[in-house]
Amino acid sequence: MIYEVSTPIDENFVRKLKVGDLVYISGVVFTLRDRAHSKLVEMIRKGEEPPFDLYGGVIYHCGPLAVKRNDKWDIVSAGPTTSMRMEIFEGDVIRRLKPRLIIGKGGMGENTLKTLIEVGAAYLAYPGGAGVLAASAVKKVLNVFWLDLGVPEAVWVLEVEKFGPCVVAMDSHGKSLYKRGYST
Amino acid sequence: MDDLASAIFDLICDVQSNLPEDVEKALARAYEIEDSDVAKLQLKMLLENVKLARELKRPICQDTGLLTFFISAEKKHFIKDVEEAICQAVKKATSLGLLRPNVVNPLTRISYGDNCAHGNPIIYWEVGEELEISLLVKGAGSENVSLAKVLDPEVGVEGIKEMVVKAVVEADGKPCPPIFLGVGIGGTIDLATKLAKKALLRRVGERSRDPLVAKLEVELLEAINSLGIGAMGLGGKVTALDVFIEMAGCHTASLPIAIVFQCWAHRRGSIRLT
Repeated sequence: MIYEVSTPIDENFVRKLKVGDLVYISGVVFTLRDRAHSKLVEMIRKGEEPPFDLYGGVIYHCGPLAVKRNDKWDIVSAGPTTSMRMEIFEGDVIRRLKPRLIIGKGGMGENTLKTLIEVGAAYLAYPGGAGVLAASAVKKVLNVFWLDLGVPEAVWVLEVEKFGPCVVAMDSHGKSLYKRGYST
Repeated sequence: MDDLASAIFDLICDVQSNLPEDVEKALARAYEIEDSDVAKLQLKMLLENVKLARELKRPICQDTGLLTFFISAEKKHFIKDVEEAICQAVKKATSLGLLRPNVVNPLTRISYGDNCAHGNPIIYWEVGEELEISLLVKGAGSENVSLAKVLDPEVGVEGIKEMVVKAVVEADGKPCPPIFLGVGIGGTIDLATKLAKKALLRRVGERSRDPLVAKLEVELLEAINSLGIGAMGLGGKVTALDVFIEMAGCHTASLPIAIVFQCWAHRRGSIRLT
Protein backbone atom coordinates (compact mmCIF):
# COMPACT_ATOMS: atom_id res chain seq x y z
CA MET A 1 0.00 0.00 0.00
CA ILE A 2 1.05 3.58 -0.60
CA TYR A 3 -0.05 6.20 1.92
CA GLU A 4 0.13 9.97 2.03
CA VAL A 5 -0.17 11.40 5.49
CA SER A 6 -0.09 14.83 7.10
CA THR A 7 0.99 15.64 10.64
CA PRO A 8 -0.27 15.37 13.35
CA ILE A 9 -0.70 11.60 12.96
CA ASP A 10 -3.12 9.49 15.01
CA GLU A 11 -2.79 5.96 16.28
CA ASN A 12 -5.44 4.57 13.89
CA PHE A 13 -3.34 5.52 10.89
CA VAL A 14 -0.18 3.98 12.30
CA ARG A 15 -1.93 0.72 13.21
CA LYS A 16 -2.87 0.30 9.52
CA LEU A 17 0.76 0.34 8.42
CA LYS A 18 2.45 -2.94 7.57
CA VAL A 19 6.09 -3.61 6.70
CA GLY A 20 6.73 -2.99 3.01
CA ASP A 21 4.11 -0.21 2.76
CA LEU A 22 5.28 3.14 1.42
CA VAL A 23 4.53 6.46 3.12
CA TYR A 24 4.86 10.07 1.97
CA ILE A 25 4.79 12.60 4.79
CA SER A 26 3.71 16.22 4.67
CA GLY A 27 3.77 18.62 7.57
CA VAL A 28 6.26 18.92 10.39
CA VAL A 29 9.20 16.64 11.25
CA PHE A 30 11.69 17.01 14.11
CA THR A 31 15.31 16.00 13.54
CA LEU A 32 16.64 14.25 16.61
CA ARG A 33 19.89 12.38 16.90
CA ASP A 34 22.31 11.27 19.61
CA ARG A 35 22.70 14.33 21.81
CA ALA A 36 19.12 15.56 21.49
CA HIS A 37 17.80 12.08 22.41
CA SER A 38 20.10 11.95 25.41
CA LYS A 39 19.00 15.42 26.53
CA LEU A 40 15.33 14.60 25.98
CA VAL A 41 15.52 11.41 28.04
CA GLU A 42 17.27 13.28 30.82
CA MET A 43 14.44 15.85 30.83
CA ILE A 44 11.84 13.07 30.92
CA ARG A 45 13.59 11.50 33.93
CA LYS A 46 13.65 14.83 35.74
CA GLY A 47 9.97 15.41 34.91
CA GLU A 48 10.76 18.51 32.84
CA GLU A 49 8.76 19.63 29.78
CA PRO A 50 10.68 19.64 26.47
CA PRO A 51 10.43 22.95 24.59
CA PHE A 52 8.72 21.23 21.61
CA ASP A 53 5.75 18.90 21.34
CA LEU A 54 6.30 15.49 19.75
CA TYR A 55 2.74 14.20 20.36
CA GLY A 56 1.45 12.70 17.10
CA GLY A 57 4.65 13.91 15.51
CA VAL A 58 7.47 12.58 13.39
CA ILE A 59 11.03 12.06 14.62
CA TYR A 60 13.67 12.05 11.91
CA HIS A 61 17.09 10.59 12.78
CA CYS A 62 19.03 13.20 10.89
CA GLY A 63 21.78 15.73 11.40
CA PRO A 64 21.33 18.05 8.46
CA LEU A 65 23.96 20.03 6.67
CA ALA A 66 22.49 23.48 7.23
CA VAL A 67 23.92 26.85 6.38
CA LYS A 68 22.72 30.34 7.24
CA ARG A 69 22.44 32.63 4.24
CA ASN A 70 21.10 36.17 4.62
CA ASP A 71 19.82 35.32 8.11
CA LYS A 72 17.82 32.34 6.83
CA TRP A 73 18.70 28.69 7.33
CA ASP A 74 19.10 26.62 4.19
CA ILE A 75 18.96 22.83 4.50
CA VAL A 76 21.58 21.72 1.98
CA SER A 77 21.61 17.96 2.50
CA ALA A 78 19.51 16.01 4.99
CA GLY A 79 19.53 12.23 4.72
CA PRO A 80 18.99 9.94 7.72
CA THR A 81 21.67 8.89 10.20
CA THR A 82 22.15 5.37 11.67
CA SER A 83 19.12 4.77 13.89
CA MET A 84 20.64 2.04 16.03
CA ARG A 85 22.62 4.60 18.05
CA MET A 86 19.29 5.93 19.33
CA GLU A 87 18.10 2.47 20.46
CA ILE A 88 18.94 3.07 24.12
CA PHE A 89 16.72 6.19 24.19
CA GLU A 90 13.88 5.60 21.74
CA GLY A 91 11.68 3.36 23.88
CA ASP A 92 11.45 6.03 26.60
CA VAL A 93 10.88 8.81 24.08
CA ILE A 94 8.05 6.98 22.27
CA ARG A 95 6.36 5.88 25.49
CA ARG A 96 6.43 9.29 27.12
CA LEU A 97 6.12 11.75 24.25
CA LYS A 98 4.06 9.65 21.79
CA PRO A 99 5.47 10.50 18.39
CA ARG A 100 3.80 8.20 15.84
CA LEU A 101 6.52 7.85 13.21
CA ILE A 102 10.27 7.45 13.46
CA ILE A 103 12.26 7.89 10.25
CA GLY A 104 15.82 6.67 10.00
CA LYS A 105 18.07 4.15 8.34
CA GLY A 106 19.53 0.75 9.16
CA GLY A 107 16.76 -0.30 11.56
CA MET A 108 16.34 -0.43 15.33
CA GLY A 109 16.36 -3.12 18.00
CA GLU A 110 14.00 -5.25 20.05
CA ASN A 111 13.21 -2.61 22.65
CA THR A 112 11.99 -0.13 20.05
CA LEU A 113 10.02 -2.85 18.23
CA LYS A 114 8.30 -3.75 21.50
CA THR A 115 7.46 -0.10 22.14
CA LEU A 116 6.05 0.34 18.63
CA ILE A 117 3.56 -2.47 19.38
CA GLU A 118 2.77 -1.18 22.85
CA VAL A 119 2.24 2.49 21.99
CA GLY A 120 1.24 2.33 18.33
CA ALA A 121 4.03 3.78 16.24
CA ALA A 122 6.09 2.74 13.22
CA TYR A 123 9.69 2.94 12.07
CA LEU A 124 10.19 4.07 8.48
CA ALA A 125 13.34 3.70 6.39
CA TYR A 126 14.59 6.43 4.09
CA PRO A 127 17.69 5.60 2.01
CA GLY A 128 20.84 6.64 3.87
CA GLY A 129 23.08 9.01 1.98
CA ALA A 130 20.26 10.35 -0.21
CA GLY A 131 20.84 13.74 1.38
CA VAL A 132 20.07 16.05 -1.52
CA LEU A 133 16.94 14.12 -2.46
CA ALA A 134 15.70 14.34 1.13
CA ALA A 135 16.51 18.06 1.33
CA SER A 136 14.44 18.65 -1.82
CA ALA A 137 11.32 17.72 0.19
CA VAL A 138 12.15 20.24 2.94
CA LYS A 139 10.18 23.42 2.31
CA LYS A 140 11.08 25.50 5.32
CA VAL A 141 12.96 25.57 8.61
CA LEU A 142 10.22 26.38 11.12
CA ASN A 143 12.43 26.48 14.18
CA VAL A 144 15.64 25.17 15.67
CA PHE A 145 16.18 24.12 19.28
CA TRP A 146 19.38 23.35 21.16
CA LEU A 147 21.70 24.81 18.54
CA ASP A 148 24.33 24.88 21.28
CA LEU A 149 24.68 21.11 20.71
CA GLY A 150 26.10 21.92 17.25
CA VAL A 151 24.46 22.08 13.81
CA PRO A 152 24.13 18.30 13.27
CA GLU A 153 22.97 17.59 16.84
CA ALA A 154 20.43 20.41 17.17
CA VAL A 155 16.67 19.79 16.87
CA TRP A 156 15.53 21.14 13.51
CA VAL A 157 11.81 21.62 13.05
CA LEU A 158 11.25 21.17 9.34
CA GLU A 159 8.23 21.67 7.18
CA VAL A 160 8.23 18.93 4.56
CA GLU A 161 6.11 18.20 1.53
CA LYS A 162 5.66 14.62 0.34
CA PHE A 163 8.78 13.43 2.12
CA GLY A 164 9.34 9.93 0.76
CA PRO A 165 8.79 7.31 -0.29
CA CYS A 166 9.65 5.98 3.14
CA VAL A 167 9.43 2.21 3.56
CA VAL A 168 7.61 0.89 6.62
CA ALA A 169 10.46 -1.25 7.94
CA MET A 170 9.18 -1.98 11.50
CA ASP A 171 5.45 -1.89 12.18
CA SER A 172 3.17 -1.88 15.23
CA HIS A 173 2.40 -5.58 14.73
CA GLY A 174 5.89 -6.78 15.60
CA LYS A 175 7.14 -7.22 12.04
CA SER A 176 10.59 -5.98 10.99
CA LEU A 177 12.33 -6.10 7.62
CA TYR A 178 15.64 -6.30 9.49
CA LYS A 179 15.00 -9.75 10.94
CA ARG A 180 17.27 -12.18 9.12
CA GLY A 181 17.23 -15.90 8.64
CA TYR A 182 20.54 -16.24 10.50
CA SER A 183 21.30 -15.28 14.07
CA THR A 184 23.95 -12.74 14.95
CA MET B 1 43.81 31.40 -1.00
CA ASP B 2 46.84 30.45 -3.08
CA ASP B 3 46.68 28.09 -6.08
CA LEU B 4 47.36 24.99 -4.01
CA ALA B 5 44.59 25.72 -1.50
CA SER B 6 42.18 26.56 -4.37
CA ALA B 7 42.97 23.30 -6.11
CA ILE B 8 42.33 21.37 -2.88
CA PHE B 9 39.10 23.33 -2.28
CA ASP B 10 37.91 22.37 -5.78
CA LEU B 11 38.83 18.73 -5.09
CA ILE B 12 36.79 18.73 -1.87
CA CYS B 13 33.72 20.24 -3.58
CA ASP B 14 33.98 17.86 -6.52
CA VAL B 15 34.38 14.74 -4.36
CA GLN B 16 31.42 15.72 -2.14
CA SER B 17 28.95 16.29 -4.96
CA ASN B 18 30.19 14.19 -7.85
CA LEU B 19 30.18 10.42 -7.27
CA PRO B 20 32.89 8.62 -9.31
CA GLU B 21 31.55 7.13 -12.53
CA ASP B 22 32.65 3.57 -11.66
CA VAL B 23 30.78 3.75 -8.34
CA GLU B 24 27.63 5.06 -10.03
CA LYS B 25 27.87 2.26 -12.61
CA ALA B 26 28.22 -0.32 -9.84
CA LEU B 27 25.04 1.04 -8.22
CA ALA B 28 23.20 0.97 -11.55
CA ARG B 29 24.34 -2.64 -12.00
CA ALA B 30 23.10 -3.50 -8.52
CA TYR B 31 19.72 -1.99 -9.48
CA GLU B 32 19.58 -4.32 -12.50
CA ILE B 33 20.58 -7.42 -10.54
CA GLU B 34 18.34 -6.79 -7.55
CA ASP B 35 14.94 -8.45 -7.54
CA SER B 36 13.51 -7.27 -4.22
CA ASP B 37 11.08 -4.35 -4.77
CA VAL B 38 12.10 -2.58 -1.57
CA ALA B 39 15.83 -2.86 -2.33
CA LYS B 40 15.24 -1.74 -5.93
CA LEU B 41 13.39 1.34 -4.67
CA GLN B 42 16.30 2.21 -2.36
CA LEU B 43 18.80 1.90 -5.21
CA LYS B 44 16.60 3.96 -7.53
CA MET B 45 16.43 6.75 -4.94
CA LEU B 46 20.19 6.59 -4.38
CA LEU B 47 20.83 6.96 -8.12
CA GLU B 48 18.35 9.82 -8.32
CA ASN B 49 20.15 11.49 -5.42
CA VAL B 50 23.53 11.09 -7.16
CA LYS B 51 22.20 12.92 -10.25
CA LEU B 52 20.55 15.64 -8.18
CA ALA B 53 23.70 16.26 -6.14
CA ARG B 54 25.82 16.54 -9.30
CA GLU B 55 23.30 18.86 -10.94
CA LEU B 56 22.88 21.14 -7.93
CA LYS B 57 26.56 20.84 -6.87
CA ARG B 58 25.42 19.90 -3.36
CA PRO B 59 26.98 17.29 -1.06
CA ILE B 60 25.58 13.83 -1.87
CA CYS B 61 25.14 13.06 1.82
CA GLN B 62 24.60 15.44 4.72
CA ASP B 63 27.33 13.51 6.49
CA THR B 64 30.19 15.08 4.60
CA GLY B 65 32.36 12.80 6.68
CA LEU B 66 35.93 13.11 7.77
CA LEU B 67 38.46 13.85 5.10
CA THR B 68 41.48 11.60 4.66
CA PHE B 69 44.16 12.79 2.27
CA PHE B 70 46.73 10.41 0.81
CA ILE B 71 49.57 12.49 -0.52
CA SER B 72 52.41 11.37 -2.63
CA ALA B 73 55.09 13.99 -3.07
CA GLU B 74 58.69 14.57 -3.88
CA LYS B 75 60.69 16.62 -1.46
CA LYS B 76 60.24 20.06 -3.05
CA HIS B 77 56.68 20.17 -1.82
CA PHE B 78 56.98 21.16 1.75
CA ILE B 79 54.78 19.22 4.10
CA LYS B 80 53.83 22.33 6.04
CA ASP B 81 52.69 24.21 2.89
CA VAL B 82 50.45 21.37 1.79
CA GLU B 83 48.98 20.81 5.24
CA GLU B 84 48.24 24.51 5.61
CA ALA B 85 46.59 24.60 2.19
CA ILE B 86 44.39 21.64 3.16
CA CYS B 87 43.25 23.34 6.35
CA GLN B 88 42.56 26.58 4.50
CA ALA B 89 40.46 24.72 1.92
CA VAL B 90 38.58 22.73 4.58
CA LYS B 91 37.80 25.85 6.62
CA LYS B 92 36.49 27.65 3.54
CA ALA B 93 34.34 24.67 2.48
CA THR B 94 32.91 24.45 6.01
CA SER B 95 32.09 28.16 6.21
CA LEU B 96 30.28 27.95 2.85
CA GLY B 97 28.11 25.04 4.03
CA LEU B 98 29.79 22.54 1.71
CA LEU B 99 31.07 20.53 4.66
CA ARG B 100 29.05 19.88 7.82
CA PRO B 101 30.98 20.85 10.97
CA ASN B 102 31.63 17.23 11.95
CA VAL B 103 34.86 17.42 13.92
CA VAL B 104 34.43 17.57 17.70
CA ASN B 105 36.59 17.11 20.79
CA PRO B 106 36.30 13.37 21.52
CA LEU B 107 35.74 13.90 25.26
CA THR B 108 33.81 17.16 25.65
CA ARG B 109 32.00 16.55 22.30
CA ILE B 110 32.23 20.28 21.63
CA SER B 111 32.50 21.11 17.94
CA TYR B 112 35.61 22.85 16.63
CA GLY B 113 33.25 24.48 14.15
CA ASP B 114 35.65 24.52 11.21
CA ASN B 115 36.55 20.82 10.83
CA CYS B 116 40.22 21.48 11.64
CA ALA B 117 41.78 20.10 14.81
CA HIS B 118 44.88 18.28 15.91
CA GLY B 119 45.09 15.20 13.66
CA ASN B 120 42.09 16.16 11.54
CA PRO B 121 41.79 16.25 8.51
CA ILE B 122 43.74 13.02 8.41
CA ILE B 123 46.81 13.21 6.21
CA TYR B 124 49.03 10.31 5.15
CA TRP B 125 52.27 11.00 3.33
CA GLU B 126 54.40 8.88 1.09
CA VAL B 127 57.32 9.60 -1.20
CA GLY B 128 56.37 9.77 -4.86
CA GLU B 129 57.35 11.25 -8.18
CA GLU B 130 55.20 14.37 -8.12
CA LEU B 131 52.52 15.92 -5.99
CA GLU B 132 49.43 13.74 -6.05
CA ILE B 133 46.62 14.43 -3.58
CA SER B 134 43.93 11.78 -3.18
CA LEU B 135 40.88 12.36 -1.04
CA LEU B 136 38.71 9.74 0.62
CA VAL B 137 35.50 10.91 2.31
CA LYS B 138 33.88 8.65 4.88
CA GLY B 139 30.82 9.27 6.99
CA ALA B 140 30.34 7.93 10.50
CA GLY B 141 27.75 5.30 9.57
CA SER B 142 30.39 3.23 7.82
CA GLU B 143 33.30 4.23 10.05
CA ASN B 144 31.45 3.22 13.23
CA VAL B 145 31.25 -0.43 12.19
CA SER B 146 34.86 -0.66 10.98
CA LEU B 147 37.23 -2.69 13.11
CA ALA B 148 40.76 -3.99 13.48
CA LYS B 149 42.02 -7.00 15.34
CA VAL B 150 45.14 -9.12 15.58
CA LEU B 151 44.26 -12.76 14.93
CA ASP B 152 46.26 -15.85 15.79
CA PRO B 153 48.25 -16.76 12.68
CA GLU B 154 47.05 -20.35 12.59
CA VAL B 155 43.45 -19.32 11.84
CA GLY B 156 44.74 -18.68 8.30
CA VAL B 157 42.71 -17.56 5.30
CA GLU B 158 39.57 -19.26 6.62
CA GLY B 159 39.86 -17.29 9.86
CA ILE B 160 40.17 -14.04 7.91
CA LYS B 161 37.07 -14.86 5.86
CA GLU B 162 35.15 -15.70 8.99
CA MET B 163 36.09 -12.40 10.62
CA VAL B 164 35.10 -10.37 7.54
CA VAL B 165 31.75 -12.10 7.05
CA LYS B 166 30.95 -11.82 10.76
CA ALA B 167 31.75 -8.09 10.65
CA VAL B 168 29.37 -7.59 7.72
CA VAL B 169 26.62 -9.61 9.46
CA GLU B 170 26.98 -7.50 12.60
CA ALA B 171 27.12 -4.22 10.67
CA ASP B 172 23.90 -5.22 8.87
CA GLY B 173 22.09 -2.13 7.51
CA LYS B 174 24.07 0.37 9.57
CA PRO B 175 26.86 1.28 7.08
CA CYS B 176 24.38 2.16 4.27
CA PRO B 177 24.70 -0.88 2.01
CA PRO B 178 25.42 -1.69 -0.74
CA ILE B 179 28.86 -1.20 0.75
CA PHE B 180 32.47 -1.23 -0.33
CA LEU B 181 34.92 -3.03 1.91
CA GLY B 182 38.59 -2.21 2.36
CA VAL B 183 40.54 -4.96 4.09
CA GLY B 184 44.09 -4.60 5.35
CA ILE B 185 45.97 -7.80 6.06
CA GLY B 186 49.34 -7.97 7.81
CA GLY B 187 51.75 -5.30 8.96
CA THR B 188 50.78 -4.09 12.41
CA ILE B 189 47.36 -3.09 13.76
CA ASP B 190 47.87 0.53 12.66
CA LEU B 191 49.33 -0.31 9.26
CA ALA B 192 46.55 -2.84 8.53
CA THR B 193 43.97 -0.11 9.15
CA LYS B 194 45.78 2.38 6.95
CA LEU B 195 46.04 -0.25 4.19
CA ALA B 196 42.32 -1.00 4.48
CA LYS B 197 41.58 2.69 3.99
CA LYS B 198 44.00 3.00 1.11
CA ALA B 199 42.52 -0.07 -0.56
CA LEU B 200 39.32 1.95 -0.99
CA LEU B 201 41.08 4.23 -3.47
CA ARG B 202 41.02 1.45 -6.09
CA ARG B 203 38.47 1.54 -8.90
CA VAL B 204 35.48 -0.78 -8.81
CA GLY B 205 36.50 -4.16 -10.25
CA GLU B 206 40.24 -3.47 -9.93
CA ARG B 207 41.62 -6.71 -8.46
CA SER B 208 44.81 -7.07 -6.47
CA ARG B 209 47.85 -7.94 -8.56
CA ASP B 210 48.59 -10.79 -6.16
CA PRO B 211 46.53 -13.74 -7.50
CA LEU B 212 46.01 -15.21 -4.02
CA VAL B 213 44.68 -11.87 -2.75
CA ALA B 214 42.56 -11.32 -5.88
CA LYS B 215 40.97 -14.73 -5.33
CA LEU B 216 40.20 -13.85 -1.71
CA GLU B 217 38.60 -10.55 -2.80
CA VAL B 218 36.24 -12.40 -5.15
CA GLU B 219 35.41 -15.09 -2.58
CA LEU B 220 34.63 -12.50 0.09
CA LEU B 221 32.41 -10.51 -2.28
CA GLU B 222 30.46 -13.68 -3.09
CA ALA B 223 30.16 -14.68 0.56
CA ILE B 224 28.92 -11.19 1.53
CA ASN B 225 26.39 -11.10 -1.29
CA SER B 226 24.91 -14.40 -0.16
CA LEU B 227 23.90 -12.89 3.21
CA GLY B 228 20.69 -11.24 1.95
CA ILE B 229 21.19 -7.92 3.80
CA GLY B 230 20.57 -5.86 0.63
CA ALA B 231 20.34 -2.11 0.05
CA MET B 232 19.90 -0.26 3.37
CA GLY B 233 19.54 -3.60 5.17
CA LEU B 234 15.98 -4.00 3.92
CA GLY B 235 16.76 -7.41 2.40
CA GLY B 236 18.12 -8.10 -1.09
CA LYS B 237 20.79 -9.69 -3.22
CA VAL B 238 23.36 -6.91 -3.41
CA THR B 239 24.99 -6.17 -0.05
CA ALA B 240 28.47 -5.23 -1.30
CA LEU B 241 29.63 -3.62 -4.54
CA ASP B 242 33.28 -4.59 -4.15
CA VAL B 243 35.97 -5.80 -1.76
CA PHE B 244 39.54 -4.50 -1.94
CA ILE B 245 42.42 -6.03 0.00
CA GLU B 246 45.88 -4.59 0.58
CA MET B 247 48.59 -6.64 2.24
CA ALA B 248 51.88 -6.11 4.09
CA GLY B 249 54.44 -8.45 5.65
CA CYS B 250 53.85 -9.13 9.32
CA HIS B 251 55.38 -10.69 12.44
CA THR B 252 55.60 -14.49 12.46
CA ALA B 253 53.41 -14.56 15.58
CA SER B 254 50.65 -12.16 14.39
CA LEU B 255 47.95 -11.79 11.77
CA PRO B 256 46.63 -8.21 11.92
CA ILE B 257 43.35 -7.63 10.07
CA ALA B 258 41.51 -4.35 9.55
CA ILE B 259 38.09 -4.11 7.99
CA VAL B 260 37.03 -0.67 6.83
CA PHE B 261 33.46 -0.24 5.64
CA GLN B 262 32.52 2.38 3.11
CA CYS B 263 28.92 3.31 2.28
CA TRP B 264 27.44 3.24 -1.23
CA ALA B 265 28.31 6.96 -1.52
CA HIS B 266 31.94 6.10 -2.02
CA ARG B 267 33.34 9.60 -2.38
CA ARG B 268 36.91 9.74 -3.62
CA GLY B 269 39.02 11.69 -6.07
CA SER B 270 42.52 12.87 -6.75
CA ILE B 271 44.49 15.65 -8.34
CA ARG B 272 48.02 15.83 -9.67
CA LEU B 273 49.94 19.05 -9.47
CA THR B 274 53.21 19.88 -11.08
